[in-house]
Amino acid sequence: MPADLAAIIAPGFFSSSSVQLALVVGALVAIVTGTVGVFTVIRGQSFAGEALGDIGASGGSSAYLVGIAPLWGFVGISVAAAAVMELIGIQRARGRDLATGIVLGAGFGLAALFLYLGTISSSTTGATVTILFGSIFELDTSTLPLVAVLGAIALGMILVIYRPLLLVSVSPELGAARRLPVRLIGSLYLLAMALAVALSAVTIGAILSTALLVGPAATALQLTRRPGRAIVCAALVGIGVMWLGILLAYDSYTWPHHGWPVSFFVVTLVLIAYIASRVIPAPRKRRD
Amino acid sequence: MNSPEAMVTTDPVPAREADAALRVEGVTVRLGGRTVLDDVSFQVGAGEFTGLIGPNGAGKTTLFRVILGLQPPATGSVRVRGGRRSGHDVGYVPQKFQLDPDMPLRGRDLIGLGLDGQRLGIPLPSRARRARVQEMVEAVDARAFADERVGRLSGGEQQRILIAHALISRPQLLLLDEPLANLDLRSAQEVVALLARIAVEQRVAVLISAHEMNPLLPVMDRIVYLAAGHAASGTAEEVVRSDVLSRLYGHHVDVLRVHGRVLVVAGTGHDEHAPLDDGGDTSAPVEIV
Repeated sequence: MPADLAAIIAPGFFSSSSVQLALVVGALVAIVTGTVGVFTVIRGQSFAGEALGDIGASGGSSAYLVGIAPLWGFVGISVAAAAVMELIGIQRARGRDLATGIVLGAGFGLAALFLYLGTISSSTTGATVTILFGSIFELDTSTLPLVAVLGAIALGMILVIYRPLLLVSVSPELGAARRLPVRLIGSLYLLAMALAVALSAVTIGAILSTALLVGPAATALQLTRRPGRAIVCAALVGIGVMWLGILLAYDSYTWPHHGWPVSFFVVTLVLIAYIASRVIPAPRKRRD
Repeated sequence: MNSPEAMVTTDPVPAREADAALRVEGVTVRLGGRTVLDDVSFQVGAGEFTGLIGPNGAGKTTLFRVILGLQPPATGSVRVRGGRRSGHDVGYVPQKFQLDPDMPLRGRDLIGLGLDGQRLGIPLPSRARRARVQEMVEAVDARAFADERVGRLSGGEQQRILIAHALISRPQLLLLDEPLANLDLRSAQEVVALLARIAVEQRVAVLISAHEMNPLLPVMDRIVYLAAGHAASGTAEEVVRSDVLSRLYGHHVDVLRVHGRVLVVAGTGHDEHAPLDDGGDTSAPVEIV
């Protein structure tokens, strides 16, 4: 490797199996969160996404307690929380924040309990940091097939309901006038969002998971005015911040207080990308 | 679809009966114990431009929901020509339409969703689809802004995009819910002129609701006047009369015609003169345009 490149990419980056796994999982997750996230932003459901992530902390921590992969916990609890939100009435504009807030509070309470129990039983705070803030380098290879399957389900759902979802997200009234089942579409979307948030949680942690859901999508909305391109763009931005974050985190082993969290780099890069997309004026193309 | 030439040879009244794009018969709707629509009957002939006129709260939006099949009536029936009620036979332009300026959706994307928005899967690139969208872009004079984000268009521009969205699937009937309510006078006149032209070009019957009838008077073939849940229909001369409207409202109203404009005024015989037609007409009986 040339010396100048070695200064950026620390030796051993590509040969490390945990880095390889992190890059693959990170890319898969970024594709899913980017695709799902464009609709989160369009539908104005960022708060619901945030809540699903935070609630996921209770699932991740309980999974840790019983000794199974945190992803199972994230997925189980996020999907359950999505169902409860649906029942409480996330479909009504006024019910939405209420439903989200109530479920969010309950989820955090459980997370506090489980993390407390976990800390007591293991006498370390490792689980707390892993669940809340993620640790993509410590993933087990057995997680990869699960990530791939759950990602494919979420992605497949969005692609199948793409056009009706877009129409009812733009205007529920236009969708209803075309006899679309607005409520069913909203429920299916919420389910896809729960899966995406759970996947995001295993990479950058439960607390930060919405950053990957909303950030690249919000950036993409500034860069393109077409819905399909916004999705591709969000996925690419997501992969970009994820890979760069992994690279910087790997590099940081040689920095002071070595081994900075990947999540820190990812969310910081998300913020930078978003600000850049707002500051840099988009080219005003007038073509199809 | 009948060509206009074919219709000339038939007797106009039976032709309209047979060809009615919309037939509403004895529709009654009760919501929360209140009778919102009471035995409402009228029809809209193929290709006709009909105004659904009435004060706010008269039940216009409810009537649209019944026609769209979103609100089942307590009694009565609605028949839309084609009759399949698949949602394809009625184009609809809603009253409230607010989009985030950053919504990644161009005017032509929204028009395209009118063609296949109810289908599953992602839209595949198709020359025919693109050509049809372009056709509708031109039909509503939207070339200049069809590639802009819908959320950043003016109210009048959004109306044009929504009209194209509603018409691209070639419905027999186009419903517009208060399309002029939030437009300035000039935009309103442009939208009315566009609708009058497009009704002929696209051979679609138009039913447009409004609380103010004057902008529509030059183009309306017929009027359906809705007040207090009751409806009367016919030409403007037949319907907008003191005796007819007094019966609908359930109290005496006067109809004043001044310089080609119509004002509906509550005339109780006392000195109060509360306009029922439009609050905007209170200050000056004659609007100078």
